[in-house]
Order: sequence, then C-alpha cells, then structure tokens
Amino acid sequence: MSDTLPRDTTLPAAEGVPAPAAPAPRSRRSEFLYFALRNPKLWIGGLVVLFFAVTAVVGPRLTDYGVQEYVGPPASPPSAEHWFGTTTFGQDVFTQFVHGLGASFIVGLLGGGIAAIVGMTVGFVAGYRGGIVDEVLNVMTNIVLVLPTLAVLIIIAAYLEVRGVVTEAVFIGLTSWPWAARAIRAQTFSLAARDFVDLARLTGVPTRKIILGEIAPNMSSYLFMTFILLFGGAILAAATLDFIGLGPTDGMSLGLMMNNAVLWSALQLGLWWWFVPPGLAIALIVGSLYFMNVGLDEVFNPRLRTT
Amino acid sequence: MRRYFGRKLSIYGLTFFVAVTVNWMIPRFMPGDPIESMVARLTMRPETVEPMREYFERFFGYDVPLWKQYLNFWGALLQGDLGTSVWLFPRPVTSVIMGSLPYTLGLLLPAILLSWWAGNKFGAIAARNRWLDNTFLPVGYLLTATPYMWLALVLAFLLAWQFDLFPLAGAYSVTLRPNWSWTFVWDLLRHWFLPFATLFIVAFGGWAIGMRNMIIYELEADYSRYLESLGAPRRLIRRYSFRNALLPQITGLALQLGAVVAGALVTEIVFSYPGLGWVTLKAVENLDFYLLQGVFLFIVAGVLVANFLIDVVYVLVDPRTRLGMQGRAA
Amino acid sequence: MSLRVEDLRVYYQTLEGEVKALDGVSFAIADGEIMGLAGESGCGKSTLAQSIVRLVPPMKLVGGVVELDGEKLPIDDFEAMNRHRMVGVSIVPQYAMSALNPTRKIGKLIKELLGARGISYRAKLPELENRLQLVGLPREVLDMYPIELSGGMKQRVVMVISTLLDPSLLIADEITSALDVSTQRAVAEMLVDFRDREIVKSMMVVTHDVSILYQIADSILIMYAGQPVESGPAEVITHAPRHPYTQLLVGSLPQVGVRYDEQPLSGIAGNPPGLIDPPSGCRFRPRCPFASERCESRPPLVEIGDGHSVACWKVMEEEDARV
Repeated sequence: MSDTLPRDTTLPAAEGVPAPAAPAPRSRRSEFLYFALRNPKLWIGGLVVLFFAVTAVVGPRLTDYGVQEYVGPPASPPSAEHWFGTTTFGQDVFTQFVHGLGASFIVGLLGGGIAAIVGMTVGFVAGYRGGIVDEVLNVMTNIVLVLPTLAVLIIIAAYLEVRGVVTEAVFIGLTSWPWAARAIRAQTFSLAARDFVDLARLTGVPTRKIILGEIAPNMSSYLFMTFILLFGGAILAAATLDFIGLGPTDGMSLGLMMNNAVLWSALQLGLWWWFVPPGLAIALIVGSLYFMNVGLDEVFNPRLRTT
Repeated sequence: MRRYFGRKLSIYGLTFFVAVTVNWMIPRFMPGDPIESMVARLTMRPETVEPMREYFERFFGYDVPLWKQYLNFWGALLQGDLGTSVWLFPRPVTSVIMGSLPYTLGLLLPAILLSWWAGNKFGAIAARNRWLDNTFLPVGYLLTATPYMWLALVLAFLLAWQFDLFPLAGAYSVTLRPNWSWTFVWDLLRHWFLPFATLFIVAFGGWAIGMRNMIIYELEADYSRYLESLGAPRRLIRRYSFRNALLPQITGLALQLGAVVAGALVTEIVFSYPGLGWVTLKAVENLDFYLLQGVFLFIVAGVLVANFLIDVVYVLVDPRTRLGMQGRAA
Repeated sequence: MSLRVEDLRVYYQTLEGEVKALDGVSFAIADGEIMGLAGESGCGKSTLAQSIVRLVPPMKLVGGVVELDGEKLPIDDFEAMNRHRMVGVSIVPQYAMSALNPTRKIGKLIKELLGARGISYRAKLPELENRLQLVGLPREVLDMYPIELSGGMKQRVVMVISTLLDPSLLIADEITSALDVSTQRAVAEMLVDFRDREIVKSMMVVTHDVSILYQIADSILIMYAGQPVESGPAEVITHAPRHPYTQLLVGSLPQVGVRYDEQPLSGIAGNPPGLIDPPSGCRFRPRCPFASERCESRPPLVEIGDGHSVACWKVMEEEDARV
C-alpha cells in the first residue's frame, strides 16, 4: 500500500532530480496556487462547474414561469420565447432545467458532504485506533461496500410516501461512504506511524485532537479530492433514483425531467429538447468534477506534474 | 487460502443477513402504511380487496410478536417464497423475477465482460500515445460521468427514432411469438443491441480511464525502470505493466458491479426492456412492495455471488495473494 | 581503457529552469579497475550513473562524449542504447529491492529477458546457477516470486541478473546504503569477487559513503555540485586528499580510536548550491574556508601527482611553490 500512500505534501521533487534550491523558497501555499493556475484540467473543469452553479442560482430569476405551470403550446421546439422548448403539456423546459440544476447541486453538496463526514470519521478512527475497533469498522465498511447502493436506496425510497431533496441527500450520503472510509483509513494508517503523531501521542494529546490537529491537516488535499468524487457520485445517484420515480415528491430535478420525458413519450414524439439538457448537464458537471480531480492530483502530487 | 476465503465468505454471508434484515425492517418501521396504500391501489378491482387485505395482513404477520415475524420471514425466504405480486396478481414474486432475470443477465454479462476487456485494451493503447491520451482523457471522464439513462435516451432518439436502424422498445417485436427461428433470434438481437451498447459505452469509459491511470503508474514503477536499464524491449515492459495493471482492475470490477447493475435497471426502463429494471419501475408505479423487495434480494444475492467469483479469479492471477495466504512470504 | 567520459553535460528540464546536474565531467576507468564515485547527495553522482545507462526525460544530454571500449555510446538515443545495455554497460540500481516484477517468477523473468535478446535460457542455465551460488543463493530462487525473498536476497538476484551477460562496465548505484554494516561488507566483497573472476571488466561504485570505497575501490572520483573536484588512487584520496572539499568530506567520517565526546564530529557547514544558477568560478567557494578572490574563476582539474588530479587554485599555488 505504501507506494500509493503519501499523496500528500511530503513528496520530494521527482526522484533523482537534485532539488532546485530556489533563491527565495516559495511557500507551499503559493506553490500550489502557482501550479493550480497553470493546470488546464483544473481550471477548465472548474469553469464548467462554476458555469452551471451560476446558472442554477441566476436561472430561476430569468424565467417568469412556474415549474409545473402550463405556459405555452405543447411539444414546441426551442424558440425565443421558450429557450429549451416545452413539454407534451406545454411546460417550459428551461424553467424546469434551472430548478433541477439547483436540486442537483444541493443533493451533491449535502449527500457528498454527509458521505465525506461519515467516511472520514470511520476512516480516521479505524486507521488511528487499529485493533478491534478497526476490525469492527472494517467489517461494517465491507458490508456497505458490497451492498448495491442503488438497490438499497430504491427500497428505502419506495416506502417513504413523502420525500424531499434533503431526505434523498441524507440517504445517498449514508450509503456512499465506504470507499472513502477505506482510502482514508489507509492514509491514516501510514500517518499514524509518523514521528510527529507519535510525539503528540506521547505528550498525552487526546485522540480527537490528534486526528483533527495532526492527521487531518496532513491529508487535507486528499480529503478535498475525496469530497469532490463523493460530490459527483451523489449527483449521479440522485439522478438515477429520480429517474426511477423515487426522487423528491415535490419540486423538480434533472432525473425527474428525464423520467417525465420517458413516461410521456418524449422519445416516441421526438421531443429531444426535453431530455437532452438535463442529462447533458449532469454528464458535464460530474465529468468536470472528475477532470478537476485529476488536475488537483497533479497540483498536490509533484510526481505527476509534467514539464 | 482457506482463511482468506473463509473471511470473504463470512463478510458476504453477513452482508446477505443485513440485507434481508433491512428488507424485513423497512416496511415495518418506515412511516406510512404499505398495506393501506397497496389495498387503496386495488379499489378499482373491488372483488379482490378483501382477500388481498387478508393476505397482506397474514404475510406481514402483524398479529404475532416481532421476533416471530422475523423468523417467519426467513423461513419463507429459504423456501423461495417471496410473496405474491400485486401488479401481476396472483403470480408469485419469484416467478415474475425468474421471467425477467434472463433479459437482465443477457444485457449485463456481455456488457460487463466486453467493456472490461475492451476498456483495458484501449486504456493501455491510450497510455502510450500522447495525442490519443490528450484527446481521450476528457472524453473518457465525460463517458464515466454520463448517466446511463441519458445515453440510452440519446441512442434511442438518434438510432431508433431518427434513423430507424433499431427498434425503439421491448425485447422482441409484438408480432412475433418466441421460438428458435432465425427470424426471431435476429429480432431479439436487434432489440438487445441498443441497451447493450448503452451499458457498454459508459462502462468502457470507466475501464479505459482506470487502465490508463494504472498502466502509467506501472510503467514508472521500479521494475519497469530496471527492465529499461537492462535494454529489455518495450514490448516486454508493456506486457508486464499491462498484466500488473489488470490486477487492480479486477478488484475494480467487484467495486463497480453495483453501479453497472443500477445502469442496467435504468437502461431497461428507457427501452421498456422486460428485465429486472423494468419490473422495478412497474413495482414502483403499482406500489408492489413484495415484488420490489424480491428484486432487491435478487440483486444483492447476485452481486454477492459475482463478488465471490471475482475473488476466486483474483487469487488465481495474483501470486502475491496466493503466497501471502500460505504464509510463505519472507 | 574501459570507459572514457569527456566533458559530459546532462541537465534536468524543470519548470524553474535547467538544473545543471552534470556540468563538464571527465574521467576514465581502466580495464579491471573499480572506481568509486563519491559526493554529497545532489552532487550529480546518481545522475552520472543513470545517464550512462538510461538517459530519459527530464534528463537531457547537452554535451560531451561517453566511450566504452573505444566505441561511442549513443546515450541520448534510448533505442540505440539497447544494444549496449546489459552487454556493454549494466547497472545495479539504488532501488534493487523493488526492481523485480512482483508477478513473475525470477526464473521466468530471466528467461523472457534473455529470450528478447535471442539467447537461450536453457543454455545459460548452468552459468546462471553458478552465479547464484557465487552470491550465496540456492537455485530454488528461480522458482520463486520476489515476494518470497528478503530484501538482501532480492538485491543479490539483481546483481546476478545485471551481470549475467558479462558487461564491460558495471555501475553499482548506492547499493550498500540500505544495508546494515555487516551485510554492506559482504556485498562489497561480492563486487570485488565479480571483478576478480572477470565477470565484469570494470566497475563504477557510486556512494555517499567514502569508507566503503576505501575497502573496495582502486581509484576514487569526488564530485561537487555537478563537477569533479578531485580524483586519484583510493589510498591517496582517503589518506592525503588535497581539495578542501575532499578534506572535509573525508574528515567528516568517524575515525576508529577517536572519542567523539572529546572531539565533535564536524559536518560541512552550509549547503550545496542550487544547480539552476550555480555560483560562478569554483562552486565550492561559498562554503570553502580558504576561498580567495581567484576562486571567482573556475579552477581546471590539474594532475599534481601519479594519477592524482585536483581542481583547486590553492592546491595549484602550493604545488607551484614546491617546484
């Protein structure tokens, strides 16, 4: 495991290269910034995500229609009046799209956030404590890991008569943490063996403080990247759930738009403008998140920087 | 070796136990009354309401203590009794599932195996060509991020609706009766192709990206550098790297199973392909909880079995696990 | 003359600029000679070892010639070098413990390696078993995976593989650094044995540890900041070094019979210079206790005695005064 481990900040420059002793050593933070600004993967991905986030915030103000309101001629293609056309019932697709976009970001942030918190807690405690605690948490992680997440979500959602975006996000968060816990456990394991952690332990610093004060900061870049992946995963999971008709019972989401499109024969009628925007937006957002992650990896991990 | 498999099997057994327990608990401890909602659904067929309600009450067994309900649940399960479908009353859930299982497996198995094989090959090729790599990388990440149902919709719209190359829905034409004639098999294949292609393309992106990242790591590994120093031909070094990069991809296969199954479910819905996914949609629409729970248990069991098979394969191909298990490692 | 290196310049391309890791290095190794190459980490010694065998980006050949047995080595042509690797020049790398493919049995790895050169494994097997015996390994290791061997055993396997085709020059790159003192000695003796049995014609032993060189090397080359500063017979370099840097380097070795609570170990004050924009003139000038104005121009490597060369103005003055 150890060769994949210290993806954190402690790696020296590429092996064999004599460290170029810069006349005025740059601080680590500004070094990251330097590479971050020069990493096209990072800023292209970031721009795409930002674009959709802004659309989700500003979009609802650009439209005068309600999400479910019948406002125009049914099944009409995109026009100046209805930018993304209308549904079989004459609802405005653009209005639904921007509202759905907002829901996706909420689910992503909340679901990804919860998964990250659970994953970190389990990973830190298992990796730092070791022994029987580790064994128990490991078994738990493995069980949730092999359980097919979506099947569990379907069962839970089906029995809930009223479902909100937040409920959905919570359930997604509670089922998607295992791989993060595993990865963080492995990292913690190696960090816990380092001198500075030993020193803290010997001086009687409480466990919680060691984890939050010594271990977490030393893998902050890794934790951030984990969150980004969980964020994207939550958006995808929510879209799938919504598509089966088990999404929020109120409001609009991108998955629900595709669900409606299929239910009301958008395919048979050729209403492509109904189902293309929501799925395309999801693919672009999640793809950009993954792409950003590759960029971040290169920024944080000097070995991957290409000259 | 025995310890390794013992450990794995106990995890899978425990997982199945947890799944069944969750399955039993959810209808009893969730807010709302599933029996009421199911019966309410059926008021359009008044003659069935009373027997149905009675049946449900008995099945959920609210009259006996909880622990007994739980044991009864296991007892029925072990006899293969998953209850009766509401949507296709009075067909047993097991028979509904068995009828749709072949369609799902027929999509999943070829899609998983072929995408894994092709994705790994392509990823290894992409890793050695800078231009290909730069073009493929964004495309690959976009592919893995694509929701299965969306690609299904787009393929259906373009290839079935716009150009009429493939049928839009179903597993075979309604005008045909299932038989083993060439006409029927050809028709079956034509209906199978688009859902298969959807699963294949999305999964392919993931495997190719994974292999590309793994093989670049392997080509930089010390053993590759040493082989280069010894003047070994590139072909040999690539062969070693590819083989070593395949190992984590096998583990990845186990981890991705759940996601691909989910993809199959939603893809079937788009194409009205009569597998487990389509059955799930019908169960959700008809509030057919028995059917839904039955599908859930089948998926869990299937994923667990597949996980175990992957473990076996892994042990066969990686000497390190094999030796580690026998305790011969120095 | 086995190896001749003339004014070799190898730079690393980095974002910050070119790192001049080797900036005009010349030396030669005779047939049957074991040359030690020493210096602090970052002085370019590992770069020198690698660039003769496997020069890959971000390393770049900027100038100079490397000749082996009178033939010029195409060190910056990766493919053309394959003909010389393992046969002409071979390396036991620093990372020998992880240099073997973990998923191949050692015998099979060797078989495929030889097969790629059109050499029959079966024909070579008796010699291979001989060599294994020479380094104290049973022939059974051929049927084992690397994971089944200890670190020291893996390193010896690598030594056998690297020398299997009797190369003219063997480069041993920091192979003793990861070992404990008694194993260091055994490995060092094996190297000498390889030369004595004429398995390899000549050898370059790269290390930061001058004491190991004293045991095995015939001659020693000291490098500082990408340039050679002193070279000569091992005896002379370890007992009568002239360059101030060598004196400090050798002096920083613990001596037998000296109690260090009475006489503290002296490291060398200061750090080696950055090699993107190295100091002009003598590169040791900023840390040199004897630096004077003249040191602002680069001192040439001048022979002052029997095979003993030094690049230092102060030493040249002293020599001039003596004549």
